[in-house]
Amino acid sequence: MSSTFDIVADVISETSEIPREKITPEMHAIDDLGIDSLDFLDIVFALDKKFGIKIPLEQWTQEVNAGKASVEEYFVLKNLCAHIDELIAKKNA
Amino acid sequence: MRLEYFQMIDSVVAFDAAAGTIHAKANVPEASPVFEGHFPGYPIMPGVLLIETMAQASGFLILGMNGLTRMPFFMGVQKAKFRKFVGPGTVLDVHARIEHDGSGFTVTKARIEHDGPVCDAELTLRIMDFPAEELRTSLLERAATMGLSQAIATSAGEAT
Repeated sequence: MSSTFDIVADVISETSEIPREKITPEMHAIDDLGIDSLDFLDIVFALDKKFGIKIPLEQWTQEVNAGKASVEEYFVLKNLCAHIDELIAKKNA
Repeated sequence: MRLEYFQMIDSVVAFDAAAGTIHAKANVPEASPVFEGHFPGYPIMPGVLLIETMAQASGFLILGMNGLTRMPFFMGVQKAKFRKFVGPGTVLDVHARIEHDGSGFTVTKARIEHDGPVCDAELTLRIMDFPAEELRTSLLERAATMGLSQAIATSAGEAT
């Protein structure tokens, strides 16, 4: 997870101009880091490219809106990284 | 091009679903109130309207890719460069290609040419269900009149 987190944190820092050292795995992308939906799309674009995956953002948003998943499930960075690791594993399977 | 209606693209020359590319024509009008202000005595197309032209070509590309089922909305532009002035009466070749097909968004790279490069940019469009039936109907009509519907059918025929 650490390497995935490092890459995600680097991307967030570069995209949102948040100092890298302030980004930790426990942080919530929206509540703690103040990333808005437009910046989050830029981050997803960069992560899709870096990892060669397609983060299912629409599906996640629908799950959150339908009450099937919590916002924290996808937007707390350590959880986001775990989902990215799953997508990478699926791609490599 | 109907500048005052923000209808920038006149026709689709080619659409290739497999390659994720579109080539469209945009004919800059000889006269428009836009040119009276931008600029008196030296009429040129405003850069933001060239960006809008690239965004609309990108939008029609995405509509072609999704079979006119979901609506792209322009939401971001990066790395825009304007290399040449565009005056009234110019016929522009507008090219766009899919850079990344994300979940709920698409990134394109687009460029406009007329006797060489005019401008280029990277554009991001959010993809949503059509928010109004009138919009969907209107776009389907435009897709037919500008040749996009036919280009989609041709591209699908070549793929089989």
